[in-house]
Amino acid sequence: MASLLVCAIGGALLWHGTDGLRAVTSEQARRRAIARAPRVLPVIRLEDQDGRPFTLEAYRGRAVAVDFIYTQCQSVCKLLSAGFQRIDRGQQAVAADDRLQLVSISFDPRDTPGHLRAAASHYRANGATWRFARVSDPRQLGQLLVAFGIVVIPDGRGDFQHNAAVHLLDREGRLAAVLDADASPEEVLRVAGNTTNASEFHENRRMTARMKTNRPGP
Amino acid sequence: MSPRTIRAFIRGIRMSSSLPGTALILVLALPPVRHALERVMVVHMLVQIPLLAVAGALIAVSLPTRLTSIFVSWNARGVTGTLLALIVSSWWMVPRALDLALAEPLMEVTKFVSLPLLVGIPVALSWRSLGGMGQGFVLANVLPMWAAVGWLYVAAPTRLCNFYLVEQQAAAGLGLLWLSIAVALAACARVLVPASGHESVAPGPRTT
Repeated sequence: MASLLVCAIGGALLWHGTDGLRAVTSEQARRRAIARAPRVLPVIRLEDQDGRPFTLEAYRGRAVAVDFIYTQCQSVCKLLSAGFQRIDRGQQAVAADDRLQLVSISFDPRDTPGHLRAAASHYRANGATWRFARVSDPRQLGQLLVAFGIVVIPDGRGDFQHNAAVHLLDREGRLAAVLDADASPEEVLRVAGNTTNASEFHENRRMTARMKTNRPGP
Repeated sequence: MSPRTIRAFIRGIRMSSSLPGTALILVLALPPVRHALERVMVVHMLVQIPLLAVAGALIAVSLPTRLTSIFVSWNARGVTGTLLALIVSSWWMVPRALDLALAEPLMEVTKFVSLPLLVGIPVALSWRSLGGMGQGFVLANVLPMWAAVGWLYVAAPTRLCNFYLVEQQAAAGLGLLWLSIAVALAACARVLVPASGHESVAPGPRTT
């Protein structure tokens, strides 16, 4: 009887602690928690590759994808940036305001606006629909990372390991979904459409795709 | 020596032997020690966590009979205590639990309380009652689980703990894998060695 009780209570706690065995890592738990309850983000001042100040709050009303990178990264950040580049190129024909806005934020204190500018030019980020940015006040970096649930650890060789992902903000500016770093542009746009509840966003994307396929060749 | 003196002597030993366990927990809880042990994943998983359970086992030895008899009354053949320890210890092998212990002070306190209280003490008070068969059954289930978890840590294509480098994760996995093999070998040796010893001694009394 006591054994049954221990199994029942222990099993229930384990089930609860792992979100029904679906969140055995903190990253899985973070994503599930955000999907369940979108997170309101603190207003943190950022500056982009051209030194222009802005906040994520200013994107309110538009869907935004945010990733965290550092410009010297040779691994997963490249994957993230390549994904953003494909998204950016894929929506050239969409009206600027209807596009998924892209923001790549560096967490590396070594990254200067010069480094950001070099990265932006490498990936052809125009600074309008895709910005490379850093936190204006380094003291607020921790606050931003905590709000997103990003853990950055130096690897002792001048590089960092971090939970890399594509973060989607809804039109209320809340962190509403987190996708794998290697998520396809189609998936990112589909989820962004769902998180914003903007059917017209979806429709717009579909029309763009149709326009492209119908376009006569050169 | 009167029975009363003997009882007082035994009580004194018990009181003093609760010290090592408690002292071990306190030392492990010291911020510099805690941070040093938690900085590396393999040390967190395979040194700090087992030591907290060992501290519980040391405390169990010194518990007054009144307390242990309550425990024994609902721990028939050591099954309940073993199940409790198995469930609680499996939580501390989940990557999320390790991260939570580092991120949330409440979870860190839970670790320092649950491992001695719900793993170390129950195992110490249950292990003998399990008997040879029971102990074998538990090891036959726990060791493959440790090995499997270890292998998962080694083979995982992504980082499982946000607070540890991927290299540390592989090292911790490998450590867990080796630990399970070492415990399996030790258990086999323990079964085989006394048996051969008995054989040489046992025929003696029978022939007389």
